Amino acid sequence: MASLHILSIIIFTPLVGVLFILLSYSFKGDDEAIANSARWVALWASLATFIVSLFMWAQFDSTRADFQFVEKAEWIKSFGIYYNVGVDGISLFFVLLSTFLTPICILSSWEAIKKHVREYMIAFLVLETFMVGMFCALDMFLFYIFFEGVLIPMFIIIGIWGGPRRVYAAFKFFLYTLLGSVLMLLAMMAMYLTAKTTSIPQLMDHDFARSVQIWLWLAFFASFAVKIPMWPVHTWLPDAHVEAPTAGSVILAGVLLKMGGYGFLRFSLPMFPLASDFFAPLVFGLSIIAVIYTSLVALAQEDMKKLIAYSSVAHMGFVTVGIFVANQQGVTGSIIQMLSHGVVSAALFLCVGVVYDRIHSREIADYGGLVHRMPKYAFVFMVFMLASVGLPGTSGFVGELLVLVGAFQASTWLAALIATGLILGAAYMLYLYRRVIFGELTNEKLKSILDLNKREIVIFVPLIVVVIWMGVYPTSFLEPMEISVTKLIVEYDKALSLYEAASNPMVK
Amino acid sequence: MKGMIDIVIALPEVFLATMAMVLMMVGVYAKAQRAYSLVTNLTIICLLLVLGLIIFGKPSATFAFNKLFINDAFAQFVKVLVVIAGILVLLIGDKSMKDQKIARFEYPILLMFATVGMMLMVSANDLLSLYVGLELQSLSLYVVAALSRDSVRSSEAGLKYFVLGALSSGMLLYGCSLIYGFTGTTAFDVLPDMIAKAGDAPLGLLTGLIFLIVGLAFKVAAVPFHMWTPDVYEGAPTPVTAFFAAAPKVAALALFIRVAMGPFHGMADQWQQIIVVISILSMVLAAFAAISQTNIKRLMAYSSIGHAGYALIGLAVGSERGVAAVLIYLAIYLVMVIGTFSCILCMKRKGEAVENISDLAGLGKSHPAIAIALLLFMFSMAGIPPLAGFFGKLYIFLAAIEAQLYTLAIIGVLSSVVAAFYYLRIIKVMYFDDVDEPLDQKIGRRIGVVMSVSALLVTLFILSPAPLVDRATAAASVLFKG
Repeated sequence: MASLHILSIIIFTPLVGVLFILLSYSFKGDDEAIANSARWVALWASLATFIVSLFMWAQFDSTRADFQFVEKAEWIKSFGIYYNVGVDGISLFFVLLSTFLTPICILSSWEAIKKHVREYMIAFLVLETFMVGMFCALDMFLFYIFFEGVLIPMFIIIGIWGGPRRVYAAFKFFLYTLLGSVLMLLAMMAMYLTAKTTSIPQLMDHDFARSVQIWLWLAFFASFAVKIPMWPVHTWLPDAHVEAPTAGSVILAGVLLKMGGYGFLRFSLPMFPLASDFFAPLVFGLSIIAVIYTSLVALAQEDMKKLIAYSSVAHMGFVTVGIFVANQQGVTGSIIQMLSHGVVSAALFLCVGVVYDRIHSREIADYGGLVHRMPKYAFVFMVFMLASVGLPGTSGFVGELLVLVGAFQASTWLAALIATGLILGAAYMLYLYRRVIFGELTNEKLKSILDLNKREIVIFVPLIVVVIWMGVYPTSFLEPMEISVTKLIVEYDKALSLYEAASNPMVK
Repeated sequence: MKGMIDIVIALPEVFLATMAMVLMMVGVYAKAQRAYSLVTNLTIICLLLVLGLIIFGKPSATFAFNKLFINDAFAQFVKVLVVIAGILVLLIGDKSMKDQKIARFEYPILLMFATVGMMLMVSANDLLSLYVGLELQSLSLYVVAALSRDSVRSSEAGLKYFVLGALSSGMLLYGCSLIYGFTGTTAFDVLPDMIAKAGDAPLGLLTGLIFLIVGLAFKVAAVPFHMWTPDVYEGAPTPVTAFFAAAPKVAALALFIRVAMGPFHGMADQWQQIIVVISILSMVLAAFAAISQTNIKRLMAYSSIGHAGYALIGLAVGSERGVAAVLIYLAIYLVMVIGTFSCILCMKRKGEAVENISDLAGLGKSHPAIAIALLLFMFSMAGIPPLAGFFGKLYIFLAAIEAQLYTLAIIGVLSSVVAAFYYLRIIKVMYFDDVDEPLDQKIGRRIGVVMSVSALLVTLFILSPAPLVDRATAAASVLFKG
C-alpha cells in the first residue's frame, strides 16, 4: 500500500497541472482560449487529486492509531532532515477537506476571474500542494516549509484579484502571519537541537523539560494563534476575507484557518503537554472573548463578507476550547467543528459570491426579498446558514455538541459562556438571512436578478451533501479519527500524571 | 624548483593575472569598436578556464610562497563563487555597458584584476598577503565604480568609495601593524601560538584586532561602516553594482571568516561581542532604512547590508556549523542577487535606463517572464520557503540557536519580517499596480538566460539542498582542523 506513494501523488498532482499551464506560455493565441484551457487544466488536476484522496480514505485503516501511507526519503542527510509524509486519523480529513474545496474554488472562479486567469490557476494549484503537504508532513521542517509557503500564493491571490483595499489586506495578512511563524521556526530549531530529530512521531515521544516546554509552547502559540485566528490577533482576518476574491475567501476560511488548529493538535498538545495544561486557562479566556465579542461584532456588520468573517473567528473559538480541554469529546468535537466550519463557511462565502457576481455589492442594505426571484439560492443559503447556527441534522451541530460536552467536563462556566456563542450565532445568522432573503424586493437592481445557474448548482450540491452527511451520519467521519484522538489524549494524560507524580513524591 | 611548485599551487591566480595583462594588450591593439566585445568574450573564456583550474586543483591545504598563500577547500569553495559571479556579471552587463556608452575594454580587465585580488584575499595566510589582495581588489573596484565618466553620480560614487576605502584600508593596515608589534609575526600559522603566549590579550593586540575588524567590516558593508554602500551602489553603472553586490561581498566575508577563525580563534570571546553588535545593527538598520527607498539600486544596497548582517550571525557563532551556514548563505545569496540585478538591468525605457521602483509598475502585465523571475527573487531574499533564500536563513539561525545566541536569533527573524515588507512592496508594484509607461520589450539573450537559470536554481534548490550543504560543511571543516 505504502509503495503506491499515494500521499506524494496527492501532494504533487496539482504541480503537474501547473506544469501543463506553464507550457501554454509558449503558445501565442486567442487570450480567451488560453484562459479557458488554464481553467480546464486546473479543474482536471484538482479533481484528479480529489479522486486519489478519496481512494486514500477508502484504504485508511480506522483501527490503527499510528501514521499510515508513510513515505520517507532522504533529503538533507547531514542534518537528518527527511521528506517524511503520512496521515493519521487527525490529518486524514484535513487533506480531504483541502482536495475537496480546491476544485470547488476553481469552479466558482470560472466566470468571476477574467484577467490573468493562468496565473490565478497556477496560484491555486500551488496553494493546494502546500496545504496538502502541510497536513501530511511528518518532518518538522517540511511542515514549516509548507506552512509558510502557503503565504506566497495567498498573498498573490488577495493582492491581484482582490477588492479595493486588497493591497493593505494582503500585506497585513502576510506580515502578521510571517511574524508569528518565524518565532515558531526558532522554536523548531531549538527542538531539533535538543531532541536531535526533526521527525514529528519521534518528537511526540520525546520529553521536553517543563520550563523548555513553556517557551516552545509560546513560540508555537504565536504562530498558530495568528493563523486560527484567536482574539486579539484576529484583526487581519476581516480585511483579508473581505478583500480577497470569492474563491480566495473560500480557501482561506475553509482550509488555511484550520492549519492553526491542526498545529495545536499536532504540536502543542502532544509535544508540550505540560505547557498546554499550564496555558489552557489563557486559551479558554481568549476563546470565550473571541466567541462572545466577535459574535457581537458580527451582529453589527453591514457587509456580508465581514459578518461571515467574524463568525469564522467565533466558530474557531469553539475549536480552541475543544482542543485545550484535552478530552475525547473536546478534541473530536474540535476536529469535526473544523471540518464542518471548513465546508460551511466556504459555502457561505460562495453564497455571498453568487450574489456579488450579479450586482457587485456585499452591502446587506442592497439586498432584501431575494426569495421572490431566487428560490433555489434561498434554499441553499438556508441550509448553510442553519449549519452555521448549529441546527441538529447539519454538520455544525455535531462539532458544537461534542465541544460543549467536552468543555462541560473541564469547567461548567466555560461551557456556559461559550454556549452563549450558539445563541449569538443564531442571532446574527438569522438576522442576516432575514434581511437578505426575506421581505420585500425593493431594490431596482434586484428586479432582474437571476437564480443559480448550472455551474453554481454543481458547486453547491456536493457541499450540501457533505453538510447533511456530517450532520446525520457523522460516524463516517468520527470513526477514523477516534483511535488517533484517543492515543493523543492518553499520551497527554500520561505526561501530566507523570509530572504530577514526579513533583509530588509524597503522593505515590 | 620550489618556485615552480609555488606557481602550480597558485596556478589559477597566476593564470588569471597573466591573462589579464595579455588581454590588456589585445584590447590596446584591437580595433576600437571591436575591443570591448572581443576582450569581454575572451575574459569570460579565461574565467571559465580559471574555474576549471580551481575545481580540478588539489586543495589539501597546500602552502605556497613561503606560507604567505594557502590553498584549501575553504578557499576553493569561495573562489568558485567569486569567479562564477564574475562570469555572470560580465554576461548580464554586456548590453547595458554598450547602451551607456561605457563599453570600454578596460572594464573586463579591471574585473579580472579585482577577481585576482579577491582570490588572493581568500587564499591569504598572512596579514600582508591579505592586505595585498584586498588592495588589488579595492583599487580595481574604485576605478570601475567611476567608469561612467560623464555621469556625476558615477564619479561621486568612485570618489566616495576611494576615499572611504582608502581610509578603511589604512585602519586595517594600522591594525596589522599593531598586531605585528605585539606578537612579532604576521603569519596566520604562527599568530595563534603567539597570541596564546601573550596570555591575557594585551590592550595593543586587542586594539589591533579591532582596527582589523573595522577595516574588514567596511569591505563587507556592515553597519556602522556601511555609509559608502548606498551612494556607491546607486552611482556606479548597474552592471558594476551587480558585481559589487556579489563578488566582493562574498570574498570579504570569507576573508573575515578566515581571519576570525584562523589566527584569532583564541580571542573569540573578545571579538564575538563586536560581531554580534555589528550583525544586529546591520540587520535592523537595513530592514528599516530600505523601507523608504525609491531607487531600486539603493534599495539593493540596503538589502545587501542586511544580508551581510545575517551572514555575520554565522560568523558570530564561531563554530564549524556557523561557518558552514555562512558559506551556504553566501552561495544562495550570490544566485539571488545576480538574478535580481539581471532583472534590474532590463529596466529601460526607450534605451535609457530607469531606476525607480515605481518604474516597475505593471511589470506583471507588460513583461510576465521578468516579473515572475523578480517575484521569485524577492520572496527568496525575504527568506520565504520553499525558495532558496529560506534555506540560507535556516542554517544561519540553526547555528545561532545551537550556540545559544537566542537574542541574536530573535532579532534576526524579527528584522527579516520587517525586511519582508520592502521585498513585498516590489512585488506589489509589479503586480498590484497598473502600468504607467511600459519598459522596453527587448531584453538581451544573455540576460534572459542568466535570469532564467537563477530563477530555476532559486525555485528548485529545495529539491536537492544536500550537495551544496555537504560541500559547504566540508569547506568549513577545513578551518577547524588541527
